[in-house]
Amino acid sequence: MLIKLARQSLWNRRGTAMMTLFSLTISLVLLFGIDHLRKEARQSFTSTISGTDLIVGARSGQLNLLLYSVFRIGNATANVSWDTYQRISKHPQISWTIPMALGDSHRGYRVLGTNGDYFSHYRYANQQSLQFSEGQPFNGVYDTVLGAEVARKLGYKLGDQITLAHGVGAVSFSEHKDKPFTVTGILAPTGTPLDQTVHVSLEGIEAIHIDWQQGAPMPGRRINAEQALQLDLTPKAITAFMVGLESRMATFVVQRQINEFRGEALSAILPGVALAELWQMLSMVENLLLLITLLVLVAGLVGMMTTLLASMKERQREMAILRAVGAHPWYLFVLIQLEVLLLTALALLAAAVSLVVTLWALQDTLASNYGLFININPFSLQSLYWAGAVLIISALLACIPASTAYRRALNDGLAIRL
Amino acid sequence: MTGIKPVTDKPKIPAIELKNVVFYYQTAAWQLSLPELTLQQGQHLFIQGASGSGKTTLLNLLAGIITPKQGEIKLGGEPFSSLSPAKRDTMRARKIGVVFQQLNLISYLSVLDNVLLSGHFAGNARQQSEQRAITLLQSLGLGAELVKQQAAALSVGQQQRVAIARALLTQPALLIADEPTSALDADNRDSFMQVLLEQANACQTTVIFVSHDAGLRRYFSWQLNMGNLAQGAQPC
Repeated sequence: MLIKLARQSLWNRRGTAMMTLFSLTISLVLLFGIDHLRKEARQSFTSTISGTDLIVGARSGQLNLLLYSVFRIGNATANVSWDTYQRISKHPQISWTIPMALGDSHRGYRVLGTNGDYFSHYRYANQQSLQFSEGQPFNGVYDTVLGAEVARKLGYKLGDQITLAHGVGAVSFSEHKDKPFTVTGILAPTGTPLDQTVHVSLEGIEAIHIDWQQGAPMPGRRINAEQALQLDLTPKAITAFMVGLESRMATFVVQRQINEFRGEALSAILPGVALAELWQMLSMVENLLLLITLLVLVAGLVGMMTTLLASMKERQREMAILRAVGAHPWYLFVLIQLEVLLLTALALLAAAVSLVVTLWALQDTLASNYGLFININPFSLQSLYWAGAVLIISALLACIPASTAYRRALNDGLAIRL
Repeated sequence: MTGIKPVTDKPKIPAIELKNVVFYYQTAAWQLSLPELTLQQGQHLFIQGASGSGKTTLLNLLAGIITPKQGEIKLGGEPFSSLSPAKRDTMRARKIGVVFQQLNLISYLSVLDNVLLSGHFAGNARQQSEQRAITLLQSLGLGAELVKQQAAALSVGQQQRVAIARALLTQPALLIADEPTSALDADNRDSFMQVLLEQANACQTTVIFVSHDAGLRRYFSWQLNMGNLAQGAQPC
């Protein structure tokens, strides 16, 4: 009967109850959403690269180097010459390197020029190597391997031909249409920016730019795809390269040696340290966001209490009737508490459903625009703690209208003041 | 009268007994003082008095919502006012029925659920209470088609009948009615009085009825004038 009373009482005041539910749901969606995005973004970023000891690029800040080389965000300020790359990669402490040439795109997806070492040495998440869902690594100059998302979104399959565009915009007017690439492999999904990358060989990058200068085709000079294959396609420069060391003990020594390299101004960064710096920078924003969300939640809960408190006056008769038929003041206290908990539980449920639907709807946009691969399941043990905390805070705040009901039950007795 | 068995074999102890009851509010100079009031089972008492004479306070005392500063109230021979608040609430649920002036029902509950409330607080089994509630409602002229309806949809007269059903569901020893006819027209008032007293008689319930309407005195055998409490209950 108690639950029925609470349920029907809320239904009787469904107008205000729905508005309260709505505002509370929005607060909870914000709370759980921001918490989830925070964790997922961190997870997504940290799982993008694994097992790489150093990333080397032209002299710049470590965050910039990390962002453009790993997350495909932003651009390099300068290139690394091929000779420098060759010299450094021969360092006795270096086990492997992965060269990276960036700067082109295909329908908004970044193109990465690299070599076969990329498929054998690159690791993401917990030392997971790249797997092919179809096909194999590129062999020829005009072969390409697509990230899972690129293939899925653009509907490409093995054997399809694609052309690359100069620059990294979603729309480009400078396409390398004369040198199409053939899809020879499609990578299995990794949940990292790799899924949104078009991989080609360094020679392929060199070939499409062989008759270009300063970012535009050279006037009066055309070299077709076949002719380009006859030329020396050794790159002159790359954007950056990843380094795997023989021993992690040598990390700082090699890093210092690269940073002090006399031939060219270079920066060698430790991906983990750069990521930590990135999160340190973002943590203030994160905390501020979380604080604002908590305040929004508190505002929602206080709003619920205010609505209930305001309704206590008009519910005086209901309380007197319940008292007359034998309800103890504690019963009325529990009734109000139950109404609050029902509303909060409904809001939690509505927030959970809304959040899943929102994440599902935004998943692709977040991935393609921000490189964030968000799991649409926002629930974790932490969410349970949050939900528990929200219920406890609601119950505590509900003590205000509930104690009003209790006090009035004792003071008003059977008298009903209209 | 259908299906309601009159209770005939209860012992001859007073249904309600007030002795040297004194009550006052800390913030007011006024006090209620009632030397003695004893009602036997099945007796009907009519209380009249001017506004502010303490009728509601007396009803709150009789219902155990407040307790006397002095004296004692016994219900069916058992101490009532000296019980703990929780025990008083339970006893009220089991032994006392209350009918208000108007708006007696919780508007968002169905007619049946309103009636069942008293059974719930008395701790009676729902199935048993439900059967009795339906029988009571039928005997009060409220057909099965109204049972599931929301209380707010009923007329004032129908609502007052539902209130009687709720008050009598637990076959209480005492029925307290606080001006229950004030919102009814003359026809409905007489009809209400008849069904109320019929059902109360059927349950051998003692009725304490408060009203401004002196014309209703004719339904009662005893009266109490709030202006002269020292006299106690007098025959009408």
